[in-house]
Amino acid sequence: MSNDYIKDFPILQNREYIYFDTAATSQRPVQVMDAITEFYKKDNANPLRGLYEWSIAATEDYENARAKVASFINAKRASEIVFTRNTTESLNLIAYSWGRTNIRKDDEIVVAVSEHHSNILPWQMIARETGAKLVWLECDQAGVYSDEELSAKIGEKTKVVAIAQVSNVLGQPKPVKKIAEMAHKVGAVIVVDGAQSAPHMKVDVQDMDADFFVFSGHKMLGPMGIGVLYAKQELLEAMPPFLTGGEMIEYVTREDATYAEVPHKFEAGTVNAAGAVGLAAAIDYLQQVGFDYIEAREKELTAALLEEMKAIPEVEVYGSEDPAAHCGIVTFNIKDCHPHDVSSILDADHICIRAGHHCAQPLMQYMGVNATCRASLYFYNTLEEVHRFAESLKKVREELGYGS
Amino acid sequence: MDLKQLYREIVNEHNLHPTHKHDLEDANLKLRGVNPSCGDDITLQLKVNDGIIEDGSFNGSGCAVSQASADMMLDLIIGKKEDEAKALADIFMRMIKGEATDEEIESLDEAAALQNVSHMPARVKCVQLGWRTFNEIIKDEAHEHEHNFEKDDDQD
Repeated sequence: MSNDYIKDFPILQNREYIYFDTAATSQRPVQVMDAITEFYKKDNANPLRGLYEWSIAATEDYENARAKVASFINAKRASEIVFTRNTTESLNLIAYSWGRTNIRKDDEIVVAVSEHHSNILPWQMIARETGAKLVWLECDQAGVYSDEELSAKIGEKTKVVAIAQVSNVLGQPKPVKKIAEMAHKVGAVIVVDGAQSAPHMKVDVQDMDADFFVFSGHKMLGPMGIGVLYAKQELLEAMPPFLTGGEMIEYVTREDATYAEVPHKFEAGTVNAAGAVGLAAAIDYLQQVGFDYIEAREKELTAALLEEMKAIPEVEVYGSEDPAAHCGIVTFNIKDCHPHDVSSILDADHICIRAGHHCAQPLMQYMGVNATCRASLYFYNTLEEVHRFAESLKKVREELGYGS
Repeated sequence: MDLKQLYREIVNEHNLHPTHKHDLEDANLKLRGVNPSCGDDITLQLKVNDGIIEDGSFNGSGCAVSQASADMMLDLIIGKKEDEAKALADIFMRMIKGEATDEEIESLDEAAALQNVSHMPARVKCVQLGWRTFNEIIKDEAHEHEHNFEKDDDQD
């Protein structure tokens, strides 16, 4: 299987290294880097403020990026896209702004046990502040939430359901459209964490009927420091600002202020225009590659990886047996070996994986482990890399002094 | 020494066949040390009389580096005066930061081999766990405290 895309990724030109940590952050193609450089070379000025040509060009670049993101996830309007730093900031914005305004004592906040800490901690904070109750959705070993579990936990008292479309540990995609329907039936909103889904599959926020959908640019070929909050227009309009300050106002007196319209109400201070431009270039790149290709390739690589790992007796793989239900994420442990030692041994072979709790400690506790190793793939990985990784994996126990 | 060599020649032996990994019934100082992000979790147990560390042990679980380092530390400090042990722990911590002299490092005996961990930022907390717990135990001289040595600092 040749890979026509590797040539676009400068860091991947060193074929000694195997990068299996895309779920933490992806690599970037030269097209994204060039777009950022071009912005600074040609259009750089503070967007949304200046009345001169360069600032107007910078504003256009920034707003074009917003329109591109809107079409990427099929939002109805560009004004439903708020730029943030990352998924974590988007989720905090929702909790602080929407959550504080709408959640009351004895309301229920339904959170999936497989969530990343960034979709747990803001809700814990809101629950503590308001006296609302956190209700946990429990999954099975493969990361699947049954219909019975969903209907048992989403009920009359539910105000919000917080769930990732794809788990960052198990990779299992969730039926968010169905969950959104259940949430809406009881008058609740759904917050969908798309950090691990937006890079890997076509997202349609109108079809899934998400109230909030959030993701990061850096996990989908974009630069670090740019993230997205999508919310339905009527929600954004009713929400108070999260951060206040520059360029988010309409009129300010000594005592009071009226705020700018959405989305600018939520974008206080100088914005990350170069980041937005980089994200737009990443979207162009992804759309040119195509999600059909990305999904097919990830499935092929994951199938090969699972097969090679299954052949190593001391390796335990978590999650589904179906390669398509991993979104490129394969979490595992090697018998008797601590994940940090495994990662160090693989690092000596220039193989980059993640080891630890993956910011998902409630899931780790549920799985009965302290920590795991995680290999995460993307369309720029190859079968040859999968094979070299498996060969290194076979030697880890021996390197750590175990017999086999 | 490259990393695999470090494991093969030093770490594995102490991890798989530790001398001091057990409970110490007549310990008069005990302290739990934890690295929450990776789940390293040890309880250091010392028997100290008249300022002399007469015996010591650790128990718990964690990565090979954390376990081996704690075992090597006990090799070094058992039989020493508290002050001497404290000075050695200080040298060890400085060695990991790359701030100790060659002469000082030599005084750490086998634990000197862990010097290379100073080039592996990801493993610094593992290698320090036993030594940090020792520093705390001596500082507190109190029983059954729990200390977390790191914050949840690896958000995606």
